[in-house]
Amino acid sequence: MNYTQLPNPEGFYGVYGGAFIPEILYPNVKALQDTYQVMLADIGFQEEYNDLLKNYVGRPTPLYEAKRLSQHLGFRIYLKREDLCHTGAHKINNTIGQIILAGRMGKRRIIAETGAGQHGVATATVCALKGLDCIVYMGEHDIQRQAANVARMRMLGATVIPARSGSKTLKDATNEAIRDWISHAEDTHYIIGSAIGPHPYPDLVSRLQSVISKEIKIQLLDQFGRSTPDYVVACVGGGSNAAGAMFDFLDDEKVKLILAEAAGKGINSGSTAATSQIGKKGVIHGCMTLLMQDQYGQITEPYSLSAGLDYPGIGPMHAHLIEQRRVKVLSATDDEALRAVLELSRLEGIIPALESAHALAVLHQLTIKRDEVVVVSLSGRGDKDLGIYMENLKMDEI
Amino acid sequence: MKDRTMPNTGLLNIYFTAGYPQLESLHYILPALMEGDVDFVEIGLPYSDPLADGPVIQMAGKKALDNGMNIDVLFDQLSKHSALMIQKPVYLMGYFNQMLQFGIEKFLIACQKVKVTGLIIPDLPMEYFEKEMKDLFEKYGIKITFLVSPLTSEERIKKASELSTGFVYVVSSPSITGTKAVLDEKMILYLKKLAGMKLNRVLLLGFGIQDKKSFELASAYLDGAIVGTSFLKQLDKGETDKNQILQFLAKFKKN
Ligand SMILES: Cc1ncc(COP(=O)(O)O)c(C=O)c1O
Repeated sequence: MNYTQLPNPEGFYGVYGGAFIPEILYPNVKALQDTYQVMLADIGFQEEYNDLLKNYVGRPTPLYEAKRLSQHLGFRIYLKREDLCHTGAHKINNTIGQIILAGRMGKRRIIAETGAGQHGVATATVCALKGLDCIVYMGEHDIQRQAANVARMRMLGATVIPARSGSKTLKDATNEAIRDWISHAEDTHYIIGSAIGPHPYPDLVSRLQSVISKEIKIQLLDQFGRSTPDYVVACVGGGSNAAGAMFDFLDDEKVKLILAEAAGKGINSGSTAATSQIGKKGVIHGCMTLLMQDQYGQITEPYSLSAGLDYPGIGPMHAHLIEQRRVKVLSATDDEALRAVLELSRLEGIIPALESAHALAVLHQLTIKRDEVVVVSLSGRGDKDLGIYMENLKMDEI
Repeated sequence: MKDRTMPNTGLLNIYFTAGYPQLESLHYILPALMEGDVDFVEIGLPYSDPLADGPVIQMAGKKALDNGMNIDVLFDQLSKHSALMIQKPVYLMGYFNQMLQFGIEKFLIACQKVKVTGLIIPDLPMEYFEKEMKDLFEKYGIKITFLVSPLTSEERIKKASELSTGFVYVVSSPSITGTKAVLDEKMILYLKKLAGMKLNRVLLLGFGIQDKKSFELASAYLDGAIVGTSFLKQLDKGETDKNQILQFLAKFKKN
């Protein structure tokens, strides 16, 4: 299969994708659809993007062989250190690319949604870099649990607007951002933070994040003498770090791809964000994909301790890859993820983001041979989650 | 498709959310609208994530869902008014995912059965409808209404007019529902442009129409207007009875 040739011109990956948007957004979305491929391929764009990734973001990020963790788990683990990106997560790979596009489209006002606040910070950062207005929508609940990132966004000059509907998390922030876009379609570019939304966003974000897998290939060849791992493992909220870490391996079926969803309190507990396992096909935020909903198509409230994975949908490309059995989905509960946080901290001296810890946690569920190589996308660092860790890890007992 | 020979014949379309303010409110709202000076009735299916709606319709939808409204309940309520449903065109407005989950064909059959005239689905793109759903709508005789906004190109306005078998929903400003329509030069130019296109459809102006002035402006250039948020606010005042609804309607049309 040629997965990297997808989506089709209408934005479909098999039955998933498309652009289910109110007519008001049609001119904006159509302009993006018609130009994003040309803009991405443009030499001027590539030069600026690569220069900023190198000199501003700090790429390439290391591919680090985690020897003590490997010994502990019994197979060879490399960590792709997206946590070392400027602003602390992979999210900035996408915002750097989109801010250049926004400039080329003549948009001066930037909006974004954010869950954990990492995408919000990454957007506020590039807006500061380019001197553009920045408005970030964030669920009220997430504003509380990710307070440090809210402070960072404000320091960077962004306006953070609380989303107060629904469960006051990422889904609701995305609704508010789309409503803002509808109301300011002419001067505003919406930087979506994950591989979700109407076409071309899932493809645009995936391609901007694909720098992760491009680097993995080169670094693995350099360090291990082979450019392909046996496994790539990544956590999935909307799916941007997973798309990025897996993109260049999609068409090489020898590489097994594992997505780690947030099971919350358990897949069948009623408090979960394990979208692909309990979700059904439907439309959310402008695309056809798998989402958590009831029999009447009302979107149900997800739950995860991790604000970045607390989303009731999944990117349409991932939905297609799941249906084609190109990727396998596992899930980790809050508790399993928290244990993985401590495990990595103690064994490798790296405190991961709670989202990324879901990818580490599912390593325990895989049967992998001693000599097999696993690359884990360490999508972000744990600084933003210290409050959650202090509350949930009972520091004095550990 | 304005009938220029009869001045002041603006068509009034009133929107309300099913299940609001109470689960059973439709049973007094619908008859009142049928009795009053209203030309179209639009009933909103409450949705968890109404992307195109402002705070008032969002709030009404949430309350309606909390009250227990769903598609089955709505069709059941409508089935009790079969005599009324044929008096004036009744449109349902909902989001695409609601129809998708219910089953598109099953939904259309249910609409046909209770004599719903047509559907308004703000997040259903014209291209997708044309390719995947048009034939089914024709098969069951259910009309479809597409939306155009000040940002819509002329070419697309024509397409919306050709594909719409019901009226064309003219969004007053690029915004979400409930945003007050500003009656400025720009708006008049926009309305003039639409009127000048001589489209072969009824054009109704919606989003933020809340008084006689905006209704009359819409009617001067187009065929009439849609009033939603402002009507919901009226219902929200509580203890609304038929007379209050009739009084509210009298604000828009002079007799
Ligand atoms: C560190 C980190 N990893 C992962 C995610 C999840 O996003 P995605 O699934 O798009 O990679 C987030 C989102 O906020 C994040 O902050």
